[in-house]
Amino acid sequence: MSEGRAVGVPLLQVEDLTVEFVTEHGWLPVVDGVSFEIGRQETIGLIGESGCGKSVTAMAILGLIGGPSGRVARGRVLLDGQDLLVLEEPELREVRGRRIAMIFQEPMTSIDPAFTIGKQIIEVLRRHLPLSRAQAKQRAIDLLDRVGIPDPHRRFDDYPHQLSGGMRQRVLIAMALSCEPDLLIADEPTTALDVTVQAQVLELLAGLQEELGMAVLLVTHDLAVVAETCDRTIVMYAGEVVESADVTALFPDPRHPYTAAMLANLPGLHPGEPLRPIPGIVPPRHALPAGCWYSPRCEHRTDACGATHPQLVDLGTRRVRCLRADELDLPGVGR
Amino acid sequence: MLRLVARRLLKVIPLLLLVTVIAFGLLNLVPGDPAVQIAGEFATEEQIEAIRTELELDRPWLSRYGSWLSDAVRGDLGDSLFSGVSVRSQIWDRLPATVSLIGWSLVLSALIGIPAGTVAGWREGSALDRFLTVGTTIGVAIPVFVTGLVLALVVGIKLGWLPATGYVGITESPWQWARRLILPAFALALTGAAEIARQTRAGVIEVKKQDFVRVARANGLHTRQVLGKHTLKNAMIPVVTVVGLQIGRLFGLSVLVEQIFNIPGLGSRLITAVFENDVPFIQGTVLMLGTVIVLVNAGVDISYGYFNPRVRGS
Ligand SMILES: Nc1ncnc2c1ncn2[C@@H]1O[C@H](COP(=O)(O)OP(=O)(O)OP(=O)(O)O)[C@@H](O)[C@H]1O
Ligand SMILES: [Mg+2]
Repeated sequence: MSEGRAVGVPLLQVEDLTVEFVTEHGWLPVVDGVSFEIGRQETIGLIGESGCGKSVTAMAILGLIGGPSGRVARGRVLLDGQDLLVLEEPELREVRGRRIAMIFQEPMTSIDPAFTIGKQIIEVLRRHLPLSRAQAKQRAIDLLDRVGIPDPHRRFDDYPHQLSGGMRQRVLIAMALSCEPDLLIADEPTTALDVTVQAQVLELLAGLQEELGMAVLLVTHDLAVVAETCDRTIVMYAGEVVESADVTALFPDPRHPYTAAMLANLPGLHPGEPLRPIPGIVPPRHALPAGCWYSPRCEHRTDACGATHPQLVDLGTRRVRCLRADELDLPGVGR
Repeated sequence: MLRLVARRLLKVIPLLLLVTVIAFGLLNLVPGDPAVQIAGEFATEEQIEAIRTELELDRPWLSRYGSWLSDAVRGDLGDSLFSGVSVRSQIWDRLPATVSLIGWSLVLSALIGIPAGTVAGWREGSALDRFLTVGTTIGVAIPVFVTGLVLALVVGIKLGWLPATGYVGITESPWQWARRLILPAFALALTGAAEIARQTRAGVIEVKKQDFVRVARANGLHTRQVLGKHTLKNAMIPVVTVVGLQIGRLFGLSVLVEQIFNIPGLGSRLITAVFENDVPFIQGTVLMLGTVIVLVNAGVDISYGYFNPRVRGS
């Protein structure tokens, strides 16, 4: 299917990815030594509080960090063993939309208002595939149909402002998946949508993933969605991975207090009880606490936690960044 | 889209009426007895009387306006007070030079301003951007008669690369027509180009931050598609407004440029008419220019429908 696939190599390997932005305190890492893998057809949930670097990680994979204020300082992003970060723009453009596609949080503003949706889908199709105009149009209409746009022949000539948010996200999904990528990065694809529409869009994504046999990196705040759709979860805090494991292992048995605190907030877990947001805030990068970055907010901290910054330890079935990972017995969500 | 065109054209009618009122009312801005003022210091009683009859000043205002308007609608703008030649044919004689000049400078200012502004905005903060920003600041600041005189003297006369004066009709010799218009059109275009460049730069900077530009990049589109198509079409909305505003100003500035480059256009004739108090000619010209500007603005509004489908109305 895809060129240069090496046997036994995961689809995507992110190694020591470090992304920095210019701030008033100089260049500061926002994503700091992040490593993870995505297997073929696997679904990975990337979770963490707002501002902990999930979107930046996703953008960096596609080589979309750049310009005067941002840079990838370290690391590799290997797609079938090929490092994307060393590629030039023209080579990257062959990967974007073709091998790795992305959908974003804001469907209302993510489609160019000045062109019809049909034209814009055709543009992506013909950018990557050798199709005639007529073939591309047929395929675009099929795609609109596939993502559940009613009356796709007529909708083809609609402008974005004629569609609702849910419909626009479907159009963006059609665009992103038009060339059948191997990996879809979905950055909070349903956050901006109505609750009823959210479920439909997630269901659509799951169906398409099955059909196209692609892997999905799902960035989300919604742990319930992760529990339902993902194979594995990566938990980020302040730009670092603090825990990653299979969903079946992570949810009942979290090892990092931050993961446990997030799970305690799972909506619907304690019906009738108010949510208990984690006290405190994610520390800004220029004022990181000593030792473990989560320790000031942690219920289980000891003096050692304020002294040593823990490493991400590989426990075989999971990786966790906590000095007390072995001794703590943290409550999870049963299965 | 058709609906937009119809709606906009309907709005043109009251504006045009307003233009006719202003054009006609100019006569009444002349202080004192218009006939005496128009005839000038050394006029005899008969001359004053003749002007009074010619302009029918003894009839009430509204009835004069009515007959002037109904003549104007049929294309009769009256006769010049001095030469007695019909105003329409005089305007018709002078119009091609002015329209050529303004047309050329519009094209030039768009051809210079849009690419310069696009590059500057896309590469915001680069050395090229800073260079272009300085350039546009200077371009906006230099008065058109300075540019005109420098171009005429240096390129036209000292270097002798292009003719500095005169005008040749396009029907006579298209080549000479184009050659002779380059310098004056360039002089006239520079300010407009600078302004268009500024607006384009601001538009591109604004639009390139938009989510849909990021999506276009994430979908692997070429830079020429991301920038040249998606960014630029959205960035053009305010630019079109600027271009529309330019046209009125260009007519004003063309008066100066026609003087410098000795072009027999409407502007130079208008100056003579003002000195001669040639009221019918002034009225006719104001009416014509006002109509052009109203129509251009309607065209600009309609073009929004192309750049921004949301205003088309469903
Ligand atoms: N272009 C940028 N310039 C400077 N700082 C940036 C830029 N983009 C992101 N950041 C910073 O990087 C940090 C991580 O941002 P990111 O968008 O990845 O967070 P996130 O985990 O996706 O949060 P959310 O859940 O709110 O989407 C934030 O503190 C943000 O301010
Ligand atoms: Mg985000």
